[in-house]
Amino acid sequence: MAESEKTIKLEYEVGKEEFSKAGLASSNIKKVLNQIGIDAKVVRRVAIAAYESEINIVIHSEGGKITTEISHDKITVIAHDKGNGIENLEKAMTKGFSTASNEAREMGFGAGMGLPNMKRTSDQFSIESSKGAETRVEMIFNI
Amino acid sequence: MIINEIIEELKLNQLSGEKNSMKTVDGVYICDLLSWVMANGSKGDIWITVQTHLNIIAVASLLEMPMIIVPESIEVEEETLAKADEENIIVCTSELDSFTLACKLNEMGM
Ligand SMILES: Nc1ncnc2c1ncn2[C@@H]1O[C@H](COP(=O)(O)OP(=O)(O)OP(=O)(O)O)[C@@H](O)[C@H]1O
Ligand SMILES: [Mg+2]
Repeated sequence: MAESEKTIKLEYEVGKEEFSKAGLASSNIKKVLNQIGIDAKVVRRVAIAAYESEINIVIHSEGGKITTEISHDKITVIAHDKGNGIENLEKAMTKGFSTASNEAREMGFGAGMGLPNMKRTSDQFSIESSKGAETRVEMIFNI
Repeated sequence: MIINEIIEELKLNQLSGEKNSMKTVDGVYICDLLSWVMANGSKGDIWITVQTHLNIIAVASLLEMPMIIVPESIEVEEETLAKADEENIIVCTSELDSFTLACKLNEMGM
């Protein structure tokens, strides 16, 4: 295999309502990216996006996983959960829109800024979901 | 500005992280909505927040904010402090409210 085709793959399970573990996946991703010498600005953007994905899985879904793939020219972060999906994607992407529970809001979640942050920090952003379905967010960061 | 000088000047109650820290901070960010902080907080900021659960440490650590001040003597959970020690984030409480803290930091030249 050519040097430029090598990829590193990281995968983390994220549990429903596991508030106490939320942030672990993103902090591990950040550590690995720092270790392999990725530019600090890119690391910061990936860390923010991974964190927001992780929290969304914890507070809005039935659980899922975060996969990160690092290749020679890009980092891909995929957040894929088991449902229950998003009814209106356009609304969900609007700054300030949130269906977070009161419990989550008391903890400071629910500003409705997570998805906009993920879109803003990534170079390519796509989200697939519908009511009752799985949600899959894919983000690409050029390096 | 050196963290230890801030702790002494504002008579903060340090609950986690290294003592007598010579690390520096160069700004202050005040907000209690985590993803808002994720969007607008900067590396090297002091973060003032009334949130005290574990997740504030994840946010501070990801953004590389070395210091969190919890105002109005709000109690901070043990597990938050344990995590803060692990990540070497300095968590302090103060009797003062966020506004007064900000004014004092400003007087100190922040
Ligand atoms: N994985 C998901 N599964 C189901 N619904 C989701 C998922 N991610 C986001 N949503 C929906 O989209 C809305 C907006 O998400 P976004 O991350 O922008 O804000 P939030 O999570 O509510 O608040 P914040 O991220 O600011 O703490 C959520 O309130 C929720 O209704
Ligand atoms: Mg969110």
